[in-house]
Amino acid sequence: MSIIAALGQPAQPPLSPTNIFAPVSTPAQSIFELSLLVLAVVGAIFVIVSGLLAYASVKFRKRKDDDGREPAQVYGSNQVELAWTITPVVIVLVLFLATARVIFSVQDAPRTPGSLEVTVIGHQFWWEYRYPGLNVVTANELHLPVGEPAFLTLLSGDTDHSFWVPRLAGKTDLIPNHPNKMWVEPRETGLYLGQCAQYCGTQHAKMLLRIYVESREDFDRWIHEQAVAARTDDSSSEGRRIFERTACINCHTVAGTPANGRFGPDLTHLMSRETIGSGIAPNTRENLRAWIQRPDALKPGSLMPPMGLTDQQLDAVTAYLASLR
Amino acid sequence: MSTTDSVGWAGTRIAPRPFVDKLHEWVTTVDHKRIGILYVAYGLTFLMVGGIEATVMRLQLIRPHNDLVTPQVFNQMFTMHGTTMIFFVVMPIVFGFANYLVPLMIGARDMAFPRLNAFSFWLTAFSGLFLYFSFVGGYGLYGAGTAPNVGWFAYAPLTAKTFSPGHSTDFWTLSLLVSGFGSIGTAINIIATILCLRCPGMTLAKMPLLVWLNLVMAGLVILAVSPLTAAQLMLLVDRYLGGHFFDTQAGGSAVIWMHFFWVFGHPEVYVLVLPAFAFASEIIPVFSRKAIFGYPVMVAATVAIGFISMSVWAHHMFSVGMSSGGNLFFVLSTMAIAVPTGIKIFNWLATMWGGKIYFKAPMLFCVAFLFQFLVAGLTGIIQSAAPFDWQLTASYFVVAHFHYVIVGAILFAVFAAFYYWFPKVTGRIYGETLAKVHFWLFLIGFHLTFDFMHVPGLLGMPRRIYTYEPGRGWDTWNVIVTIGVFFQAAGVLAFVVNMIRSYFRGRPAGSDPWDAWTLEWSTTSPPPEYNYASIPVVKSRRPLWDLKHPEDPDWKYE
Repeated sequence: MSIIAALGQPAQPPLSPTNIFAPVSTPAQSIFELSLLVLAVVGAIFVIVSGLLAYASVKFRKRKDDDGREPAQVYGSNQVELAWTITPVVIVLVLFLATARVIFSVQDAPRTPGSLEVTVIGHQFWWEYRYPGLNVVTANELHLPVGEPAFLTLLSGDTDHSFWVPRLAGKTDLIPNHPNKMWVEPRETGLYLGQCAQYCGTQHAKMLLRIYVESREDFDRWIHEQAVAARTDDSSSEGRRIFERTACINCHTVAGTPANGRFGPDLTHLMSRETIGSGIAPNTRENLRAWIQRPDALKPGSLMPPMGLTDQQLDAVTAYLASLR
Repeated sequence: MSTTDSVGWAGTRIAPRPFVDKLHEWVTTVDHKRIGILYVAYGLTFLMVGGIEATVMRLQLIRPHNDLVTPQVFNQMFTMHGTTMIFFVVMPIVFGFANYLVPLMIGARDMAFPRLNAFSFWLTAFSGLFLYFSFVGGYGLYGAGTAPNVGWFAYAPLTAKTFSPGHSTDFWTLSLLVSGFGSIGTAINIIATILCLRCPGMTLAKMPLLVWLNLVMAGLVILAVSPLTAAQLMLLVDRYLGGHFFDTQAGGSAVIWMHFFWVFGHPEVYVLVLPAFAFASEIIPVFSRKAIFGYPVMVAATVAIGFISMSVWAHHMFSVGMSSGGNLFFVLSTMAIAVPTGIKIFNWLATMWGGKIYFKAPMLFCVAFLFQFLVAGLTGIIQSAAPFDWQLTASYFVVAHFHYVIVGAILFAVFAAFYYWFPKVTGRIYGETLAKVHFWLFLIGFHLTFDFMHVPGLLGMPRRIYTYEPGRGWDTWNVIVTIGVFFQAAGVLAFVVNMIRSYFRGRPAGSDPWDAWTLEWSTTSPPPEYNYASIPVVKSRRPLWDLKHPEDPDWKYE
């Protein structure tokens, strides 16, 4: 229990950025409160029963001076057995009712009209985020406003995935042909981490989640920037030409250009993101170049193929991508 | 077995038979004791294989961003480890014990269908080898052998041709299909044996608890393995005949696979744990020198667990988006199973209470079993609270929980059973000191590994990841978890050495070394091929107690 208590301390910085006992969002908070009750009940049972077991093991062990006679044979006792049947039944009922309350409060929470809606689509091995009505499509880094509920519709483009950001909410799976819903209501600004929690293939481990919770003003500014078409300057036109003449555009979109592929992440505002490869590396020029050269080196099993570009071509394409702010 | 070779009737020397003859006897045997030994030996062999796979995974996870193995290899390791340990370690071992012990304990001369028995074993044996053939024969994308890498519950649509090209998934599917037939054959055999071959006087209410527990276990096998077999057939249809059961791109349902798998998967847990209960229910009374406390309630709790376990499966699916009503049902049914399970724990405790406990190796393992099963049950209750499970499911907390069940409870009880019945099976006493070394090494290793494995789960570490990011607070815990593996391996080594050495050098056991009370101890060790020269007649649940205490026999109280 002391370990549990230590884990629950909302000390700064938290023991772990993905600690389930450090909730900052309404559903995670409801779960946290239920978990304290469950842990208290279970902890009490543990102490009592393991105490009895330890006592029996010491007290009733065969003594050195044993007379060798068999102990009194007891075949059972209806009263005692009834007692340890009824007590667990009562405990189970209490836990069940407490659980039911939280299930309803989290799962059947009324959807406030006008609240933010985001469609989350799981892909092997990255996340697509669409903000319907706001004309924003982005990948791997989700932005949400603080203090407001946000409702997520969870879809999958291929296999099963699971959306798990422990400090915001419990996990909900993304299953193809089976749309799911969940919601969060973050109370503090900050970056919240998580990752895919349902095995989805080779790179399940590197399908990381980054949720940026911002003030309403920052969020609105971000939405505004994301909703406009790509901004590029002339210096990168060589890279752009290569980008648009190779298979890149079969999978990637750069809004406002001929690139309109849907299989891979939207690159319209690539440089507004802090990481690449679904959170596996900082979004620097060097990493970007290395990624384009051989995605497999950073993320073996990634579905993006190497394009076989020359060094000059790589530099040019990297320069073009680095201009997509 | 060993005694029959050199000295024959009236002391005449008989030339030892050639090895090929002996081998032929073992391959063609229909004797329930030999088939039992084959099952157990087979399971132990695969225990080593599965253990090596676990070690590879733990070495890979000892630090973040480790690159000991590739993600492809790691994913194969956890798929093969899970599949192996469930289907080719624990199931064969519990079937082996059931095969060996049930006929002896009910005073029968063999199983009801000896040839079905052999057939079932060889199906299982073949399917395990078939699964492992995928390492060389599962011609996949890369033109080399590929073991299955879809996870042991193989969620759709990852198993579809689109996402799993090549044949590794087919090896997995066909292997479980074949082993499923073997399991069902054995289950039918166990049920028929128990219902039809009990010796005179042994009514259902006078059967040893081990026999009751195996009866319910066999019933669960039939109910649980059938849907798994059906699901594997549907998956094959999807993959080869253009079916769309689980093909989400053509309107199929991934969730249906989950239901099919877990309606097998959860009762399966009880298929594995009921035999563990069975061992504890025989060993604890003998080493406490008391009759089992509350026999009728123990039977009732067993049957209740059997029934309730059929209605809890979707607690594996709290995160897949069931309705709140659906979630509620599975919360209640899952919590309800705690009641009969709790009764069992209390009754074992009450059996020890007021007894004279002999802490020989079997009892040490049983006490550890009790403690660890208590913890496993309690972490199970934690996860039955669906909202809490939304955080815990698919995390390392779950991995720690079910290893607590399968290793902490089941494997500890299996080790207890090994030591307890070793003298009966081989006719020799095992080495007690080495057995205690095994116990303490394995206990320390187990707790290092699986106690500390809960923590990274609480800190957000999902299962089935081949590597993880630094800075998540997971590093130290993973080091401790990995260190525990070596203690466990050392413990198992002590066990293997002990078994082999005692088999050749152990002192003779006699027919009843534990002063026990059930029928198997009334025949010689090892028992003759026909078990009993004349079929015994019983009047109580402890026929040998009655024999040893004619002044105060059990049948007066039952």
